[in-house]
This record gives sequence, structure tokens and C-alpha cells, in this order.
Amino acid sequence: MPIINESLSRFSDWSYTTATAIYVLALVFFLIEQSFGAKGRQAAERQKQRVRELAGAGGPPVTEYGTPHTYGTPVTPSPGGRAERIGKMGAALLVLGVLMHLAALVLRGLATSRVPWGNMYEYGMAVTFVAMATWLVVIKKFEVRHLSGFMLLPVVILMFINGTLLYTIAAPVQPALQSYWLVIHVSAAATSAGLFLVPGVASVLYLFRSAHERDSAKFPRFAAKLPSADVLDRIAYRTTIIAFPIFTFGVLCGAIWAEAAWGRFWGWDPKETVAFIAWVIYAAFLHSRATAGWRGTRAAVINVVGLSATVFNLFFINLVTTGLHSYAGVG
Amino acid sequence: MTTTAAPPEPKKPYRNSPLRRALAFARNTWRGLTSMRTALVLLFLLALAALPGALLPQRKLNAPKTDDFIATHGWWGDLLDRLQFFEVYSSVWFSAIYLLLMVSLVGCLAPRSFEYVKSMRAKPVLTPRNLSRMPHYRRAVVDTPPEDVLKAAHARLSGWRRTEHGTSISAERGYLRETGNLIFHFGMLGLIVFFALGAMFSYEGQVIVQANGGQFCNGGIYNYDSFDAGLQIDGTELSPWCVKVDDFKAQYSALGQPQKYESSIEYQSGADLQTGTWRPYHLEVNSPLRTAGDRIYLLGHGYSPIFTVTYPDGTSRSLATQWRPVDQATLLSEGATKFPDPPGITDEATRRTKQLAITGLFAPTSFLHGNVLTSSGPELTKPGVAIDVLRGDIGTDSGRGQSIFEIDQSQVDKGALKKVARQNLDVGQDLTLDDGTKIRFDGVQQWVSLQISHDPTQVFVLGFAIAMFVGLSGSLLVKRRRVWVRVTPADGEAGGTVIEVGGLARTDQAGYGEEFGRIAEQLVSGKKGT
Repeated sequence: MPIINESLSRFSDWSYTTATAIYVLALVFFLIEQSFGAKGRQAAERQKQRVRELAGAGGPPVTEYGTPHTYGTPVTPSPGGRAERIGKMGAALLVLGVLMHLAALVLRGLATSRVPWGNMYEYGMAVTFVAMATWLVVIKKFEVRHLSGFMLLPVVILMFINGTLLYTIAAPVQPALQSYWLVIHVSAAATSAGLFLVPGVASVLYLFRSAHERDSAKFPRFAAKLPSADVLDRIAYRTTIIAFPIFTFGVLCGAIWAEAAWGRFWGWDPKETVAFIAWVIYAAFLHSRATAGWRGTRAAVINVVGLSATVFNLFFINLVTTGLHSYAGVG
Repeated sequence: MTTTAAPPEPKKPYRNSPLRRALAFARNTWRGLTSMRTALVLLFLLALAALPGALLPQRKLNAPKTDDFIATHGWWGDLLDRLQFFEVYSSVWFSAIYLLLMVSLVGCLAPRSFEYVKSMRAKPVLTPRNLSRMPHYRRAVVDTPPEDVLKAAHARLSGWRRTEHGTSISAERGYLRETGNLIFHFGMLGLIVFFALGAMFSYEGQVIVQANGGQFCNGGIYNYDSFDAGLQIDGTELSPWCVKVDDFKAQYSALGQPQKYESSIEYQSGADLQTGTWRPYHLEVNSPLRTAGDRIYLLGHGYSPIFTVTYPDGTSRSLATQWRPVDQATLLSEGATKFPDPPGITDEATRRTKQLAITGLFAPTSFLHGNVLTSSGPELTKPGVAIDVLRGDIGTDSGRGQSIFEIDQSQVDKGALKKVARQNLDVGQDLTLDDGTKIRFDGVQQWVSLQISHDPTQVFVLGFAIAMFVGLSGSLLVKRRRVWVRVTPADGEAGGTVIEVGGLARTDQAGYGEEFGRIAEQLVSGKKGT
């Protein structure tokens, strides 16, 4: 039987708490950048400009080597004000926080000699880690660093709830979970859930921004500092098309595992049902983008509904209903 | 044919139209049903309709809980029951939604498949005159002659579908996107069809077998404790096999958390049934025995206390009837061990006054709280029972079926079955009734509960599900995109060639920019790219 290494588990707890604290600090930094930075206001402007320049790039050829058509190239030189510097510090903190978060996961795995997603607490830790790691990639590809606060806010809340109410001591898992499918199925589920947090947040911001773009009297202070609706839409879509196949894979593996563990591949267990519902909603999101009259705001609303299904699946189904997936180990 | 030329006679078009109107109605219905908008609405309805299944107890998953729910919610529960909210996934409304969605899917897929075949044979489009209007554009002047540039461009675009139009190349790639899209949707269609077939041709049953050599043969439904079958299964042609459960072991952590369940079994199926050969199998959670098209799962376990009754005349009878756990964490169990045949009595009426039943609680690790028996752990460390002994007519001759875990309460209420003793016993202890009958608690046996599943369609479902996943990944991650290259001799005497490269992504938010930049760079610089 696996022996629990208590000191490693303690180190994991410390890393987790530290990561949460760092995220909170980074959250403050990013909110300062978002509120006082010039970037917030300019982001949208710059994005538009960049597109225009790309489209119109005719100019003298050959010599223009090395003008990479990649995102993240500042077209107007960054003013480098105090708020921007604070934002950069926030980003550095974010990287540090993600590293601590990763350490917490790895140490938990080492402490229990199994994959670190065997109960609700560990699963929550893995989901939030994926969300933050995804966000790091997003801010590298898009100029949306100043929005990190909006992403960090739900993640910090999740991590706080997870670390206090849902905390579970390191322990081996029950026989039903002792299978290599725990590695495959649950990692796919956690990855997709973490990924889905990003488009969810982007779509919420999209709704504010697009309302503002239609009528600038709406949310004049808040939405004006968001990037253009187009950028937010792109973030939401690109993350979703990666998350959705992973989610599908996770459900598929879950069905194969269920066949080996419970005697049927699909039995409308509450968790299965809500996974199905979330899958249908995300399928509707992808279809809505190809349907006249459903693009834009409606698609964003669907994506937010998808996010709520994901969160509902994470909390309500694990904690309130009783089903075969009641592995939370809480209460 | 049309009535447009006719003077406005109100009657005439009216008389001619029913058929046409019916056709128009059918056509419009079909168009409406197969439109993407309807599909979206249906998808939402499907998600919404599935939700009650997660929130309300479902009869198929937990019948007692469902009845309980209905009972506690009065007319509200009855109404929900009548509206099939406790069998959501076989309800009329759920089936209606998914059938409509399937029709919509077919209606969408059929034209798309034709389109697909056509587009697979089509050549890339003509090069637009003004490439600089494309979302992606690059222009450069080089020294290489035009023919060489075109040749190099062909080499660079080797994976692309290309046509040459004089001085330009038109290339397109990413056709796998639509391929994936179709595979995904056809995969889904197949999956739904086989899922429905599976519901008709599958069966599932549970049975409790004593883990000391107890046997179970899949001869018929009557052998099962519970059995749930699809419409096409009448229980006469179950696949023949037998299992024998030799032992069961459970391991627990110091805190009483289960860590491992395992059971050694032997089985025979096919030719082994004739020869009587038993093959061993190590049955564990997550590793069912698969034989003769059936799957046998280790579902649960419990204890059977062994009681020996020694009658006044000296004859003794031993029984080990399975008791069922009431608390899964500590395996505190309840049950009823029934001794219907007192020895030496031939008269039926007398016999029915002397039958014995032992009911009560069993604790694998007993702990007495005052006089109340509880269990402090699931492991068999200090077994104990708290029993009531009842004597009289246990009611098994009435012809009415009764639970193996309970005594017939109506017999007690009638006064036909009377409590004659109540005592806590440890292993080896006994009690004596007023007529001299001794009841001894001899020990404990383990039982396992097995689930037997049969579903001939599931391998097809798996195949279609994998097709869905592969198709889905292709349809979301492959980008359909175009690139055009045009070469023209440069004006002026400096000579050289003007290269223009234009690009267009046919997929929204594809993120084609980076790739286009790379391609254009290589075409312009004449370097062979990766």
C-alpha cells in the first residue's frame, strides 16, 4: 500500500497557500494597471491599428525583413508609465505563482505516490493551475496582460474555497479510482475545465465591451479600458476550440472507464448528465459562430452559459447530489 | 402552371393549391427544421431537457429514492411522475427532441456531403486581380527570374492543392477540416443509432454469491436478484457460463478507508461447460471478467453471519444468509436469517408455529454503546450481532415473495410471528429459548455482489465515438486557407521580378497571420522553408 509522505504533503500545502497569496498580490497589481494604465485605454486602439498596418503593408520590400507578423509587437512604443511597470511586476508574480502552484501539485503527487487529482481538493488545484497556465499563454499571444485581474479574481476565489472548505488530507484513493484511467480521464477533465475558465471570462468581458461599442454610454469607464470586442472574441474562440476536443476526449475516456468500473459506458449519472449538457452547450457555441444572427453577443452568452455549466458540474454535482462521481472526499 | 397570368379569380388558385400548399408546407418545414438556427434551438432544448435528470432522482438509477421523493412531495411529485420527470432519458419529450435533432442533422449532412464531394474535385480559385486587398499581403522585388520564382513557389507549396494561372499560382489547403466535420457528424449519427440499439439488445443483472465456493450460472433471469433487460431480451437466450467465487479479500487503511477489493473466482463458458473445466480469474474493481460476450463485475461485498440452531431434540441446523450493509463505511449490516423447517414436525399447522427467524444487526468490528451495537470499522476484527429471535409463522408458505433481508412485517403485526428473545452475541456465544432451543452465533462468511452486463453494441458505439473525436479535432484545429503568388517583371531597367503574395483564411479567427508571414518570407527570400 502506498505510504503517505506527510512532510511532502505539508510542503505541498505551503506551496498552495503561497501560490494563492502571490495570485492575490498579482491581482492587486493588475487591477492597478487596468485602472490607471494607459495600456487599457490604448489596447483597443493599438489592436485596430495593427490590423490596418498589416493589411496595408505594401511598402518597400525585401528591406522590411524581420517585421514579424506576430502578436505582441508594440506598434506604438509603450509609454512605460508607472502602471505599466506595476503590470509587468504583476506578470512576473503571476509566473512565480504558477510555478508555486505547479510545485504544490507535484509535491502532492509525490506525497501520495499517485497522480495529484484523486479528490475534489486536488482536482480544484489542478483545474485552477491549468487555468492560470493557459492565461500565461494567452497574455503572451495577445496584448491583454492588463486584464489578468479579471481572470485572477475567479481563480483566487476558487482556490480559496478549495483550500479551506474542500481541503482533504493526502490519502490513497479508493479501489474504484485505482486505474490508469484516473491519469487519463481526470487529467483531460481537469485540463478542459481549466481551459474553459479562460473563454468564459473573455466572453463575460466581451459582453461588457460589445454593449459599450454599440452604445458608448454603457459602462463608459469600465468597458472603455477593455480591448476591442474582436480581440476578446478571438481569445474566447481559440481557447474553446482547444478545450472542446480535450473535453470530448475526457468524456470519451470516462465512458471507457465507466464500462470497466461500473458495468456500463453511459448511465446518466449526474456527473455524466451535466458533462453531456456542457458538451451540448459548447457545441451550440461553436455552431452559433457559423450562424447568421447568432455571432457576437449571442455566442458570447452561450459561452458564459457553458462556463456556468462547467462550474455547476464542478461544485453542485460533486458536493450536493449523490452519484457515482461522489469522490469529493468532503464531509 | 402558375396562376400569375390569370385574372384575380379568388376561387381558382384556391382549388388548385392544396397539393402545392402541402408541398410548400413540407418544403418549408424541412428547410426550417434543417436550418442551423433550429439546430441551435434544439441543442439548447436538449441541454435543458437533460437537466432534470441530474437534479431529480431517476427511477432507473435509484428506485427507492424516487418513490420516496414522490411520496414526500405530494401532488407535485405525482405531476412530475406523470410528466416522466423520473425517467427523463426515456421520456416522450426527451426522445422527441433528440429525434428532431437527428432529422435536422441528416438534413444538414446530406447536402453538405454532396458539396463536399464536389469541392474535393474542384481546383483552387482564380487568382484575384488585386492581391493587396487580401487580408494578408506581401510584396517584394527580387533578382531571380519569374520562372524560377514560380518553380520555387511550387516547391514551397508542395503540400498544397495548386493551379497555375499564367504568371500566378493559386493554392489552397486544409480540406481535412470539412472531412473532419463530416466524419464527426456521421460518427455522432452512428453513435446515437447504436446507443439506441444497445438499449434494446442489452441486459444487466445483479446477484449475490457467497464467497466460499458459491456458484452462479447464467441460466435464466430467475437466477438473478435483480434483472434489467432491453426490449428484445426475453431472458431465454442468455449466454451460458458459470462462475464460482472462491474467496473475497478487502484491505483497509488504518482509518478504515478501503484500499483494495479482490476476489478469486473460477469460471467456465463455451466448450468448458461440457468438459467441466474451471478457469481461474482474479476479479477486481476496474477489471471485470469478460467471457462469452458478457462482463462480470465485482460490485460490492458484505457479510453473512452463521447461526446454528440446536433444537431440543438435538438436531442442529446451520445457515449463513447474506445480510446487507446499512452503512457502507462501517459495513454495519442488517438482515434476517430464517429457519423454516423445525425437525421432526410433519403437521403443517404445528410447523408454522415453530418456524424461527433471526433478525437484527451485524457489526464486523463491534462496539457496544451502552447496549446498542454499532460498528467502528468495516474490517472483520471483532464480529458481533444484536439479534431478535422470532418464532411462529414466518410467512414463506403464503406464496407471497418476501425479501431475503427482512422478515414479513405483516406476520408480526398479525401476531403470527412473536419475538421470543433479544440479545447481543459475540462469536461462539449462544442463547437459549424458553423451549430449550439453542441459537449460537458461529462466525461469519463473506459474500460478493456481482453485476453481469451484456451489450453487443458497445464496441460499435466506441468505434463511432473515436471517429467523432478524430473528426472533431480535425474540424476544429485544421485551418482552411488560401495563398496566391503572382510574379511580374519589375518596371524600369533595374530588372528583377516583383513577387506578390496574398493570403486568405477561410476559417473565422483562424490565426493565419503567423503562418502566412512565414510562407511569404520564404517565397520572397527564395529560401526553401520547412
